[in-house]
Amino acid sequence: MPLTIGIPREIAAQERRVATVPEVVEKLIKLGFEIAVESGAGEASNFSDEAYTKAGAKIIHTASALWSTADIIFKVRGPSTKEVGMMRPGGMLVSFIWPAQNPELLQQLAAKQATVLAMDCVPRISRAQKLDALSSMANIAGYRAVIEAAHQFGRFFTGQITAAGKVPPAKVFVIGAGVAGLAAIGTASGLGAIVRANDTRPEVGDQVKSMGGEFVPIDYQEEGAGTGGYAKLMSEGFQKAQREVFAKQAREVDIIITTALIPGKPAPKLITADMVESMKPGSVIVDMAAEQGGNCELTEPGEVVVKHGVTIIGYTDLPSRLARQSSTLYANNLLRLTEELCKTKDGIVLVKMEDEVLRGTTIIKEGHITWPAPVQTPPAPSEKPAKVVPPPAPKSPEATKSSQTSGLAVAAIFFGAALLFLLIGAYAPPAFLSHFTVFVLACFVGNMVVWNVTASLHTPLMSVTNAISSIIAIGALMQIAPPVIAHMDRPDVWIRSLALLGITFTAINMFGGFAVTRRMLSMFRK
Amino acid sequence: MISTGLASIAYLGAAILFILSLGGLSNPETSRRGNLYGMIGMTLAVLATIFGPHVTLSGLPWIIGSMTLGGTIGLYAARKIQMTQMPELVALMHSLVGLAAVLVGFANFIDPAASARFGIAEKAIHEIEIYVGILIGAVTFSGSLIAFGKLSGKIGGTPLLLPARHWLNLLILLVVIFFGWRFLHSQSVEDALISLGAMSVLALLFGIHMVMAIGGADMPVVVSMLNSYSGWAAAATGFMLSNDLLIVTGALVGSSGAILSYIMCRAMNRRFLSVIAGGFGTTGGRLPSVENGEPAGEVTPISSNETSELLRTAKSVIIVPGYGMAVAQAQHTIFEITKHLREQGVDVCFAIHPVAGRMPGHMNVLLAEAKVPYDIVMEMDEINDKFAEADVAMVIGANDIVNPAAQEDPNSPIAGMPVLEVWRAKNSIVMKRGMASGYAGVDNPLFYKANNSMLFGDAKKMLDEVLVSLRA
Repeated sequence: MPLTIGIPREIAAQERRVATVPEVVEKLIKLGFEIAVESGAGEASNFSDEAYTKAGAKIIHTASALWSTADIIFKVRGPSTKEVGMMRPGGMLVSFIWPAQNPELLQQLAAKQATVLAMDCVPRISRAQKLDALSSMANIAGYRAVIEAAHQFGRFFTGQITAAGKVPPAKVFVIGAGVAGLAAIGTASGLGAIVRANDTRPEVGDQVKSMGGEFVPIDYQEEGAGTGGYAKLMSEGFQKAQREVFAKQAREVDIIITTALIPGKPAPKLITADMVESMKPGSVIVDMAAEQGGNCELTEPGEVVVKHGVTIIGYTDLPSRLARQSSTLYANNLLRLTEELCKTKDGIVLVKMEDEVLRGTTIIKEGHITWPAPVQTPPAPSEKPAKVVPPPAPKSPEATKSSQTSGLAVAAIFFGAALLFLLIGAYAPPAFLSHFTVFVLACFVGNMVVWNVTASLHTPLMSVTNAISSIIAIGALMQIAPPVIAHMDRPDVWIRSLALLGITFTAINMFGGFAVTRRMLSMFRK
Repeated sequence: MISTGLASIAYLGAAILFILSLGGLSNPETSRRGNLYGMIGMTLAVLATIFGPHVTLSGLPWIIGSMTLGGTIGLYAARKIQMTQMPELVALMHSLVGLAAVLVGFANFIDPAASARFGIAEKAIHEIEIYVGILIGAVTFSGSLIAFGKLSGKIGGTPLLLPARHWLNLLILLVVIFFGWRFLHSQSVEDALISLGAMSVLALLFGIHMVMAIGGADMPVVVSMLNSYSGWAAAATGFMLSNDLLIVTGALVGSSGAILSYIMCRAMNRRFLSVIAGGFGTTGGRLPSVENGEPAGEVTPISSNETSELLRTAKSVIIVPGYGMAVAQAQHTIFEITKHLREQGVDVCFAIHPVAGRMPGHMNVLLAEAKVPYDIVMEMDEINDKFAEADVAMVIGANDIVNPAAQEDPNSPIAGMPVLEVWRAKNSIVMKRGMASGYAGVDNPLFYKANNSMLFGDAKKMLDEVLVSLRA
């Protein structure tokens, strides 16, 4: 009996996203599920009921009917108390939950004997990246943050020289180079701005550069990477150095985008009122940490305010402002999760608690709260430096050793060759010596010539050398009917047979080799 | 009839033409002329010999007959051969050179006229030349035949590893030296022939054993090594016949093959001797990386539709072909895809690893056959820096040559091998039939990288689907 996945309409204010899109509905059906969508669920993100019907979903008109029929509920935001009330006992729910901030919700769901998978609890390991909805949403938020900033900013991003005058490029400073920060860097530099970025983890400098930004370091020694790839709270000394850097940037740049978050803590206040005051009039700050209190002292969550001539954007629904895009990516994240849950593709889910990814994501299993998951493996980033460092060390002594030995080897080869040549010179008859001279010189010529052959012609080189080596036919030709020397007992028949065979075989090579080389070379064209 | 002097000059001309012929291959532009030089040189040498002082007119019908027969077979094979079968053909042709060297050696030995004018020291040297010529020829012959069998799939690709095989080889060498001593000191022709025959059998066995012990991925080294051997066989024959042209040609071919073997070995970061000693992946180095359980993870499968979507939105695409492309005969479809993408303004180029395929330059020939212009086909050193800028890197039927473990895991059996840095591209797609590891038997961490997707299935079929949805 295949299970039904229900997609309710999001009821939270300003939430325009939907948990699945028609394109993904088809794929979920392929996995064996039945899909029920509440009427109007996709409206805010431009997905019509007809599109869902066309993809194979059933449209259910009331929320209560949907919540009570569906075995599994896919949602974006965590459910309200009312929604939990409508939920069918023993059902399954997949959505953002934020269990640490919402303990009552956790209790309510547990009372329903539900199994709950929280998309915000997906472990940050590489295998789980494809279902990491936080990253995919952060990516969208980073993009949107730049767009919102551009909307409020009274100038071009890119520098231009026009007939009407010169336009300097906008300068953007991004604080925090996580997924959102990197997306913001990429978007802003794509628009032509000069982008600088800072992060407490110096190792992200390369990533910043790869997105087109310039990394602004803070001159203070402290390791900033916490567990799970997130930043941690820094020491007082570091914070002081950081404030100095930020104050300097604030005076210079036009737009500041802040993304600094520390898991489970209010967002650090990085931009003080003084710094805002020091900014040029018309500047823009986008505070992406507004929901956690904001990185800027003057941020008002959810609002756009103008303080000291600086526009401060504190939107908390950035991904939702790109609802169609974020719904699609979120739906894909859920699809990947469903694939993990249903490896048999028969529409039945199995929450395997042995699986590291599922274990981390599952916060309630059949009414038992399993959150937080025990820490199992050390986080990847802190493991990395230890892993990356060793290779150069064993390599370098080896390299120097090989260059030393190669010098020695060359000397040995020269010595050996000289000895060999001496021996040959001392004992071999003159006729042999002249052939030997030719041979050695020919080896050198061959060496010079062949090194010049381009790698793409190595196969033709082999076939042409092959054809050329059929020159051995000359040997057989000379044997087949030499001028007769008198008084010589010569086994003519034997020799002739051998020679004939030899000629035949080499002729195959001679004609075949050149012909096939010709055929090959004629194919090489510009 | 032409005089000895004229014949010598003709030989000199032929030798120069052969050198020019190899020199012409430095560039695809001049390569066709190079091949022509080779043909002219060969014609010159053969005609000068036939009409030279060593051949009487009575031999002419025999010569014409056997050359026509052999030439017809050769031309027929050259016309019919599939480009994917080139390695087999080349191996087979090497065996013919080896065989011819053996035949000429035997014929020369039983011909009393050949050594009639020699003194004692010269006769000894002459006999050593015969012995060595036949030895190299026989090893080339049987080794190439086995290589042919392996390349054409008639013999399995897995290395045959006899117990104590190195000792066995050493024993064969000692016995060969013993028979050589006996050959030099034999009293009668029959007695000497026994030694010569015994040595030939041993050399044949040695050739078989040597190539049997070598795994499929090492074939490029073997093919080029046998190429080298066939040259040395010709050179040895040249010494035997006191013919400078043969010596020069043999030395050219021999050093060419040796250089190719060297390039191949370097491309696999392996020592020549260890390739010849055979058996990849049998050394202890493999175990640690298995214990690490290193690239545990999941692969992201991708459909042909999604692949074409990725390709369509890309600005630059790098295609990395491997032996799998040759097996699936996918090069023509690849060309169609390339053509389509290039018409859409996508920058497409190819990255060729030196040991991709079964012989040096194998991939280049296949791509050339499919009309891919050679100026977008890059060598490893040219292209490795460009992966970082590429939007999509598409790997078609290659594995070990794109394995990041070669750079990242010092315990990997392929550690240090130069590889194409596919993983630096923004996205990579690996086309494979299944999750089997490559010839080195090493798991490939590339498959588990986050920006890598796997397109499973037969390369030809999948690429056809990609092409259809690209055109749609």
